[in-house]
Amino acid sequence: MIPDIHPFTLFLASIFTSNILLANFLGMCSFISISKDMTSSNGLGMAVTGVLTLTSMINWVVLKYILIPLDLLYLRFIVFIVVIAATVQILEMLIDRLSPSLYIALGIFLPLITVNCAILGVTLFIEIRNYSFIQTASYAFGSGLGWWLAIMALSAIQKKIKNSPVPAGLEGPGITLVTIGFMAMAFIGFSGMLIVQ
Amino acid sequence: MDFLIAPLTVAAIAGGLAALISAVDKVVNNYGDVKIDINNGKKELEIKGGEALLSSLSSEGIYLPSACGGRGSCGACKCQIETDVGPVLPTEFPYLSDEERANNTRLACQVKIKKDLSIMIPEELFNVKQFTGSVLSIKNITHDIKEVLVDIGEETIEFTSGMYIQLIVPPYGKIKDYNQRAYSISSSPSNKNKIEMLIRLVPGGIATTWVHNFLKEGDKIELVGPFGEFQKQETDAAMICIAGGSGMAPFKSILYDMFEKGETDREVWYFFGARTLKDLFYLEEMRELETKWKNFHFIPALSEPQKEDGWSGETGLITDILDKYLKEKTSHIENKEGYLCGSPGMINACIEVFDSNGISEDKIYYDKFA
Repeated sequence: MIPDIHPFTLFLASIFTSNILLANFLGMCSFISISKDMTSSNGLGMAVTGVLTLTSMINWVVLKYILIPLDLLYLRFIVFIVVIAATVQILEMLIDRLSPSLYIALGIFLPLITVNCAILGVTLFIEIRNYSFIQTASYAFGSGLGWWLAIMALSAIQKKIKNSPVPAGLEGPGITLVTIGFMAMAFIGFSGMLIVQ
Repeated sequence: MDFLIAPLTVAAIAGGLAALISAVDKVVNNYGDVKIDINNGKKELEIKGGEALLSSLSSEGIYLPSACGGRGSCGACKCQIETDVGPVLPTEFPYLSDEERANNTRLACQVKIKKDLSIMIPEELFNVKQFTGSVLSIKNITHDIKEVLVDIGEETIEFTSGMYIQLIVPPYGKIKDYNQRAYSISSSPSNKNKIEMLIRLVPGGIATTWVHNFLKEGDKIELVGPFGEFQKQETDAAMICIAGGSGMAPFKSILYDMFEKGETDREVWYFFGARTLKDLFYLEEMRELETKWKNFHFIPALSEPQKEDGWSGETGLITDILDKYLKEKTSHIENKEGYLCGSPGMINACIEVFDSNGISEDKIYYDKFA
């Protein structure tokens, strides 16, 4: 049964209270490694938002019209990954042709998104929670924006940390993980306002 | 027949997407024919767009140096692109200096041809060719260095002694790709249809393992070249040459070239460093050259001579020997130039010794093997 949540509520919730990164800790690898640089973070955030929205909608169609009718739900992981990889490939070619400047801004991040677990994670949540198409679109778009917001926030904090005296044993990924922990608490602190899960 | 549904569905989805990708690729990546102007009209090419500049140029017979075969990991295929092709990509950034970024130098393997281009390449690259030859002989000159002589048949190679050539290593064993590695040419430029290289076995090295364990006499071999700026300067300064191991190669070429051309008035001091006697080679050849050429001095030095070696020559690190000779034997010569070929460590250490003996870095020429 389709859950009774307004798509706009879902959209806001996926950005703030159930942020894919800070509430579910998905898409961590690129989050930690790329957030050192703000320009790259922005490029990656943009790419994740675009790919996440697009692939989730395609995967929803594949799920509802191919996998469920044919009773092939157990193949969902492999099929979703194939769809994500192909979409990224096509998107890359189109952007390269249509907007070389955006292509250059996104650089190597676009192909790297294929292996970002937030993308697959969102598709799987959509499947478990049985969202409608509109809900899927708003949840995926919101999750992308949430990821973008989180990586921009972390890279801004990292910029501050660079000039701060960090205890020797905590330098690098150590302090980053501690920072992410605090950020997660701050984001989840609002969860009473929007309950979607 | 139910068991067929799953594989057929997955195959249909994957196949459909693959077809879609290739259709999009055909439409989107079709840039039509583009013109490439090289060195302000020196040469004009008309080729199909959409490919990397490096591979498009080599398919037209213009070879930029490339040790990695276009993967963007060696940074050798630099060329100046005068047309605006967008900002430097992150994959090129580490290989370009600030000055190069300012004058539009790019890595040809990373630049995709999308429109008409105007590029500048060093003039001598027009001489670069791809040679197909056969291995005439492979000799063990020490326990880990082989001398490989390649016959390029009817073709001729024009080069200045000291330059290098790229060996194309075909896939073998577990190596699935073509690889290219650079080796100095050790034969003299007068020998126009043979190319000789000295190749030391590097444990785990792709090209050196192939040469040492797979290549046999009579085998077909492909080379691209010549490349490089390491060469004798046309001055009358005394040449102080230092080499170690297979760094012998360019000096062998330079020395025989000078001897053949009768440039024997020039003073040459050649220091060759090795660990033990079994790492030393061409001792007789160099001694013979020394007797025929009175201004040529060959100083082999062993850093760790063994008891059984019975070594009576110079002993110690090549830098210490060089320092000693610069202070004691060659201090009367005013004008000196340094020529170095060997590991980066050796080169840096020798530059320091030269510097402390009053030979500045702009008079030192070297080829670093990484």
